[in-house]
Amino acid sequence: MNITGKTAFAAVAITAALALAACGSDGGSSAGTSASGSSSTNCVSGSIKASGSTAQKNAMAEWINSYQKSCNGATIDYQANGSGAGIKDFINKQTAFAGSDSALKDQDKTDADARCAAGPAIDLPMVGGAIVAAYNVSGVDKLVLTPEILSGIFSNTITKWNDPKIAAANSGVTLPDATIAQFHRSDSSGTTDNWTKYLAAAGGSAWTFDHAKDWKAPGGQGAKGNDGVGAAIKSTPNSIGYVELSFALNNKLATAWVDNGAGAIEPTSANAAKTIAAATVGGSGNDIVLTLDYKTTTGYPAVLVTYEITCEKGGDAALVPLTKSFLTYTASDAAQATLSTTGYVPITGDVLTKVRASVASIS
Amino acid sequence: MADLTRREHDESEALLHEALAGGHLPRWSALGVAAASVAVAFLLNLTTGVDGVAGTAVVAMLVFLVGQTAWSFVVEGRRHAIDRLATTFVYATFVIAVVPLIAVLGTVVVKGAEVISVEFLTTSMRYATPTSEGGGIYHALIGTLEQVGIAALFGVPLGILTAIYLVEYAPSMRTRRLAHSISFFVDVMTGVPSVVVGLFVYTAFVLTLGLERSGIAASIALTILMLPVVVRSTEEMLRIVPRELREASYALGIPKWRTILKIVLPTAMSGIITGAMLAIARVAGETAPLLLTTFISQSINTNPFKGPQAALPTFIWDQFTNGTDVSVNRAWGAALVLIVLVMVLYATAKLISRFTGVKSS
Amino acid sequence: MSTTLEPPGAAAPATGTPDIRGAAVRRGDRVFVGLSRGAGILILVTMAAIAVFLIWKSIPSLQANTANFFTTSEWSPDAKPVVFGIAALLFGTLMTALIAMLLAVPVGIGIALFIAHYASRRLASTLGFVTDLLAAVPSIIFGMWGIQFLTPQLQGFLQWLTTYFGWIPIFQNDLGIYTRSILIAGIVLAIMVLPTISAISREVFVQTPRTHIEAALALGATRWEMVRMAIFPFARPGMISASMLGLGRALGETIAVALLLSATYEINWHITEPGGITFAANIALKWNEAGTIGLSALVASGLVLFVITLAVNMGARLIIARRSEFSGAN
Repeated sequence: MNITGKTAFAAVAITAALALAACGSDGGSSAGTSASGSSSTNCVSGSIKASGSTAQKNAMAEWINSYQKSCNGATIDYQANGSGAGIKDFINKQTAFAGSDSALKDQDKTDADARCAAGPAIDLPMVGGAIVAAYNVSGVDKLVLTPEILSGIFSNTITKWNDPKIAAANSGVTLPDATIAQFHRSDSSGTTDNWTKYLAAAGGSAWTFDHAKDWKAPGGQGAKGNDGVGAAIKSTPNSIGYVELSFALNNKLATAWVDNGAGAIEPTSANAAKTIAAATVGGSGNDIVLTLDYKTTTGYPAVLVTYEITCEKGGDAALVPLTKSFLTYTASDAAQATLSTTGYVPITGDVLTKVRASVASIS
Repeated sequence: MADLTRREHDESEALLHEALAGGHLPRWSALGVAAASVAVAFLLNLTTGVDGVAGTAVVAMLVFLVGQTAWSFVVEGRRHAIDRLATTFVYATFVIAVVPLIAVLGTVVVKGAEVISVEFLTTSMRYATPTSEGGGIYHALIGTLEQVGIAALFGVPLGILTAIYLVEYAPSMRTRRLAHSISFFVDVMTGVPSVVVGLFVYTAFVLTLGLERSGIAASIALTILMLPVVVRSTEEMLRIVPRELREASYALGIPKWRTILKIVLPTAMSGIITGAMLAIARVAGETAPLLLTTFISQSINTNPFKGPQAALPTFIWDQFTNGTDVSVNRAWGAALVLIVLVMVLYATAKLISRFTGVKSS
Repeated sequence: MSTTLEPPGAAAPATGTPDIRGAAVRRGDRVFVGLSRGAGILILVTMAAIAVFLIWKSIPSLQANTANFFTTSEWSPDAKPVVFGIAALLFGTLMTALIAMLLAVPVGIGIALFIAHYASRRLASTLGFVTDLLAAVPSIIFGMWGIQFLTPQLQGFLQWLTTYFGWIPIFQNDLGIYTRSILIAGIVLAIMVLPTISAISREVFVQTPRTHIEAALALGATRWEMVRMAIFPFARPGMISASMLGLGRALGETIAVALLLSATYEINWHITEPGGITFAANIALKWNEAGTIGLSALVASGLVLFVITLAVNMGARLIIARRSEFSGAN
């Protein structure tokens, strides 16, 4: 009796699970029309894969979501497995385009061009981001830091919150006599690369570690991913760390204003957009490579640009139409406008015009 | 049965004590010392730097150990003091094991239960974003069931066949060295880290053979991880099938392969099923190899051979790394579903083995 | 097994004696032997393939490396010049595994003893289920739990440890920060390998011949003396084998450790300070952004990990084989 009872129960449970499993759906398609101007999207059906930069993960998720809502026949999957892995996937023909925190160079450029037999691989700056120094110090609502101070904190030469240098930049603010708990990324990342590029360019002699995807400076604690650093700052008093703006907003973390020498600038999407818009455009033909001015005094200086990398010509013929349609959408005003609401930074002005021209040339 | 022995032992010991031995601790000694230890721990908590539940508990435990042993040593003598110390230690280890389990499960259940709903179980993430409510794990559930199912389809028969070779055939054959090396490498295989298996499948099947990153690539990795567990557990189960059963069958002129199929396997079946279920349960939660071998998807894909496919472990990973509150909640919800899934498998296996098990000895 | 009665047909291919049941029987057995041996050989082939691929794919980075692979702590395989080595990885891996073993082996054996010989039968089966369940919790959950729940709980204890035992070098903590350390990773690993150790130990404890147990008790042994004199000698090979399997898992655990450790590429004996990195965690943290040489370097580190687990299992087998030769229990 006992046996049959329990067996029957198990059977019912499993049957219920299977029944449940049989009635699922993608759902949500009837959740109203998307706000991102679906009428202008030129829909193409099919399915493409893309992978790469984790920095643009959430932006991609929003875009893919909007695109799929307006174009029910299309499926786009973006796996945020890191720029390096994304470029390798692209070169190995696993994906239609790659997301990357930096433009193609050296061997990767050669390999990517070779993958696109008929034409070069092109870099398209699509998503901007701001890297912010997020902190958790109770009672400090506004904190101003200079590149020298940031370099000092992140290379472990400034270790106290009431250090004279910090105090000098924040007159009138009561800073605690506490050790700075500094957090950086424990994984390889483009965020670290761009943050150290900024420190190396603007920090002068205070930063001696050059830039790299891996954290090289002594001291502090490593945490995995933007999410890991954000969570660590949130749960650790007197801490500071660098994360992308969207993660600071998600965790409701205070972010430091940065003073590059001509007054403190608040880390907002709009201020960061100014720096990206002022970038020097390089690259030949339809390849667009931006060189950022980390010493700018008119915009928020610690920014990063993530690129989509795809074939100008010679991509997989079956995938080109959807790739082109989707990238056309991401370069649209509507798509770029959604970026700032999610803590990313839109590409604007001449750069965006050039990107649109390059996307139009894809065939 | 061991209970009986133990009780007899305890009773005889008590009798002995009454008749011959010197003093022994009163019945309330354990509780009394425990209460005193907790008090001491709290005192230390106030006077020194020890704080936090864990810290206080550790100190209380140490004080209890020292206190009870010393008391017992004075009253009962050395042997009983050591016995009490050992008993305390054994009980303490059990508490140590249960505390983290309850803590882990409690965290997952509390955080996961908040998001579980019919919608969560029956929709995919296709129309949900890192910042929007809604969406669900349906696509990941399908992926996990298919990937693990295919892995089981390969891994369980292969593992059982290997175990049959090792237990039934190899001892009577001249190829002892083959059996020895298979047996050795099965053991080694148990220790191969899942991330190394993932790297192997990625480099060998994806980079070299040009297989698409897909559900099937994940299944290959999971099969490799599952195999040694199935082999080992099946081996153990086949070994406890009484030899007399086999010999009776041979005596009737039934060939060996039929004996194995009709006599040995059915006898050991419940144990084999348990082992297979355990192996399945273990690989169902593997994250690292899936990150290397599948392509994460937000949409439903029922074809494990083509295109991106989600799975519960990668779903959890993906949502955690989104870093937004709604995503992290979804991750905890998926974790709860995964644990319940594994628990159901595990409980099924245990039930099967309990009610149809081979009664050894 | 030496006196096994041979079944009809099975011995025929080997000895060539005629079989009364004819060719059909032999064919059936041949097919079955072939299938089962094929499955076994497939395992060997798989292991060989894993080894070959790891070696093949690690060659480019080892050739490009300008530093000593075994003594260098730094990990910059994609830099120019290429510099990487496994010293810090090896230290972190062995240290976390050692801590995990120190904690998990006694506790795991204690749990097994409790379930097998101390608890009542009903409690025992429930407990067995409960501890085995720990094995099924995905490691990412352990990682999240370790960071969000365990680390804050341990802060007080770790500070106390440093205050009163800081004179022991490994407990020294100059930073005053007690998170993301090798010790915490070791503790989480210990919890993760507990089920493996306790499940296998439990199985062998239960199989201790009753005559041994009763003999010990009849001689007036206390329960602990019975365990020490009757159960442990019988179960020692099984306990060692259980510990080795646990060690294998501790050495190769990936996601949880990647989330827990601060990832510093240096050898730091102060195990309560943030730092440390392991082979598996390093692969998980660096794989994303690794270039061609970087990926190859990660594969090379995976190869070392593979060799370590191979050595651990070899060691366990040797110990068990030697023990069982001299043990009278069987």
